[in-house]
Amino acid sequence: MIAQPIHVLERGAFDGLFGALERRGYTVIGPTVADGAIVYGELRSADDLPVGWTDEQDGGHYRLRRRDDAALFGYAVGPQSWKRFQLPPDVRLFRARRHEDGSLTEVAEPPRETPRLAFLGVRSCELHAMGILDRVLLGGAHVDPAESARREDVLVIATNCGQAGGTCFCVSMGTGPKAKEGFDLAITEVLEDGRHFFTLESGSEAGAEIVAEVGAAPAHDAEADAADRATNRAAAQMGREMDVTDIRELLYRNLEHPRWDDVADRCLTCGNCTMVCPTCFCTTVEEVTDLSGEHVERHQRWDSCFTVDYSRMHGGSVRRSSRSRYRQWMTHKLATWFDQFGSSGCVGCGRCITWCPVGIDITEEVAAIRATDEGHAVDR
Amino acid sequence: MAAIASAELYGPMVPAPFRVVARRQDTADTWTLLLEGPAPLPFRPGQFTMLGAAGCGEVPISISGDPDDPSRLVHTVRAVGAATAAICAAEPGRALGVRGPFGRPWPIEEIEGADVVIAAGGIGLAPLRPAIVRLLACRERYGRIVVLYGGRDPAQLLYPGELPQWGAEVTVDTAGRGWRGRVGVVTKLIDRATFDPASAVVLTCGPEVMMRFAVEALLRRGVTADRAYVSMERNMQCGIGHCGHCQLGPTLVCRDGPVYTWEELEPWLAIREL
Amino acid sequence: MQSIADLTAATPALAALAPRHLELIAGCGQMAHFRADEPLFRVGEPAGRFYVIRRGSVALELAVPQHEPVTIETLHDGELLGWSWLFEPHRWMFDAHALEDTSAIEFDGACLRGKCESDHELGYQLMRRFAAVLTARLQATRLQLLDVYGGHRVR
Repeated sequence: MIAQPIHVLERGAFDGLFGALERRGYTVIGPTVADGAIVYGELRSADDLPVGWTDEQDGGHYRLRRRDDAALFGYAVGPQSWKRFQLPPDVRLFRARRHEDGSLTEVAEPPRETPRLAFLGVRSCELHAMGILDRVLLGGAHVDPAESARREDVLVIATNCGQAGGTCFCVSMGTGPKAKEGFDLAITEVLEDGRHFFTLESGSEAGAEIVAEVGAAPAHDAEADAADRATNRAAAQMGREMDVTDIRELLYRNLEHPRWDDVADRCLTCGNCTMVCPTCFCTTVEEVTDLSGEHVERHQRWDSCFTVDYSRMHGGSVRRSSRSRYRQWMTHKLATWFDQFGSSGCVGCGRCITWCPVGIDITEEVAAIRATDEGHAVDR
Repeated sequence: MAAIASAELYGPMVPAPFRVVARRQDTADTWTLLLEGPAPLPFRPGQFTMLGAAGCGEVPISISGDPDDPSRLVHTVRAVGAATAAICAAEPGRALGVRGPFGRPWPIEEIEGADVVIAAGGIGLAPLRPAIVRLLACRERYGRIVVLYGGRDPAQLLYPGELPQWGAEVTVDTAGRGWRGRVGVVTKLIDRATFDPASAVVLTCGPEVMMRFAVEALLRRGVTADRAYVSMERNMQCGIGHCGHCQLGPTLVCRDGPVYTWEELEPWLAIREL
Repeated sequence: MQSIADLTAATPALAALAPRHLELIAGCGQMAHFRADEPLFRVGEPAGRFYVIRRGSVALELAVPQHEPVTIETLHDGELLGWSWLFEPHRWMFDAHALEDTSAIEFDGACLRGKCESDHELGYQLMRRFAAVLTARLQATRLQLLDVYGGHRVR
């Protein structure tokens, strides 16, 4: 799709967006305040957004704070990501009934009707994360139709970041703060000189239709410049940075670096980083039966490479030490992911830093290894 | 059987019900099951299925049957955990869930013309059986076919009726008086086997330690690492590259393996707890 | 009919010896034949000899009280059997018996020990070759110790 002209929507007209989405049959999912955090839930109107809230983030630290304005998108990413919609935490794969003669009747459910979802407030790092998850789940030889169904008909409304969080490093990862592609509509929020408006950029026909329907006017240069200033400000505010030069090779030649012992002393192997990571896709398959053993269900649930059971084979687990499990997670994100799925597995959202109970910082771990890089390349 | 799940409709994560037709005990802890499903299951030697007993879980098990007879699914399974114990206990008539086949197979067609050395250890003979059957079915297309098999003791050997037909050289780690065959590690068979190291291709499967020693013995004989194939085992939950469990360095065993060349794996296997 | 020296030279474990040394070693050898199940030696007996198996197979066995004897290893064509003759107290540590009709060259260890003492170059060349055999057996034993095929180890 060729570049579309930028349009402007005043704050007062923003609710028109919800009307346009509702008329198209979409259920809108987006950021909202719950339990002291900004999470993703169903939104009825702009009032459900975290109006006037921001977040304070650092290693092992997350607090909501009041802003001195009424911004709708004045915060970074929270503990949840769109992963929970692409790959829900618990999916029932099938149900079956076991008969006395040993045979099984599958009570298989054909893919159910799911509501058409519009994702509102998708950050640029998250768009990249969604693309990465799509490559993992839908880009291989075997595709689960339930997984592809969850991605069909999703309308994506991106939000360009006007301020960065304390653990953000999307600039280092080349994933933000401005969304470049993969959206139907991209919004930039501007609060300047007492005026509150949004610039809209459509990335699809559906997006362009919505722009026309909400009555957005073509943007003046000054308005477009103000939007650029907002994203540039976010880019300049990154809380963290990571030097990713030859990062795959760096980690491959440092698989026995003493830093892994250092981080293992701090890591609790709790798996928080894997739960909040927008690309961590590991799942386990668990089977449950009722007491009679007649009814069987198989579930696919989120799993974490930080558990001992994750690598268990008969006789024992491959990764018994926390050193090996942290190394597995980090080298997967930053190195082996390239070999397995053709890109980095890290988008620089900073969630793993914020939600680590002991504040382990992936950017700091990479820097420490790089500073003492004396390893020898694995001869591949 | 009502409501047969098909991969087209329900996808690769929903198993098809297969019925146990026959069951044979091979050793104290290993059984071979013959299964029939709603449709034949064409496979290539070295591939595996995700095999499950309802309520007890699912495990990756290599296919051990004849690749030219896909209507009969054969699995040789060792009871080492809850799922495998339930599978091994499945009497004829019982239904088991089957997904697959998955994974990269042995390079059977690619190695035509070469001498082929099969080096198996213990239950590792099970994933190699389809390869041996296929190689011998088109015997004229290959040079020497050498089957070397090491086991723990004579009572643990698989397929004793077929080993002589395959011309297998067999050795066990330990034996009693009744055993007239060889006692010693499988690497000794490799040192003594007759094949052309310059052209030979090796297919090996067994415990990881056994494969390492076997491949090193073969490399000493002059076989190159790109022609030594091994079949790997890791925890697997999905079989289709989606669950992450079977990662082995830059690869996923269910997708990029289980069959690899030694050249691909050797640097990674040298790293502990990778 | 091949001479003992020719047969010795054809033994992989004793390859590439100088003709002089080969002659000295062969001078201590003689042909021996064993019927199936016939013992070559028994544990505890004085170990004054070693064998190179020409054709056949020999089982090394360890008797375990209240248990069937356990075969530790079998040795076959071209392999070398026995090193107790080299080291004090020169007694066999295992039982050995032929598994089938077996021909071997039997070397007189006491004779060879004397020659090695008076000709250290011969001693060095022979020790080197026995050390290689010992190393291979040790590695194989370690692999056997790992019990890689495993017993019942249900998690």
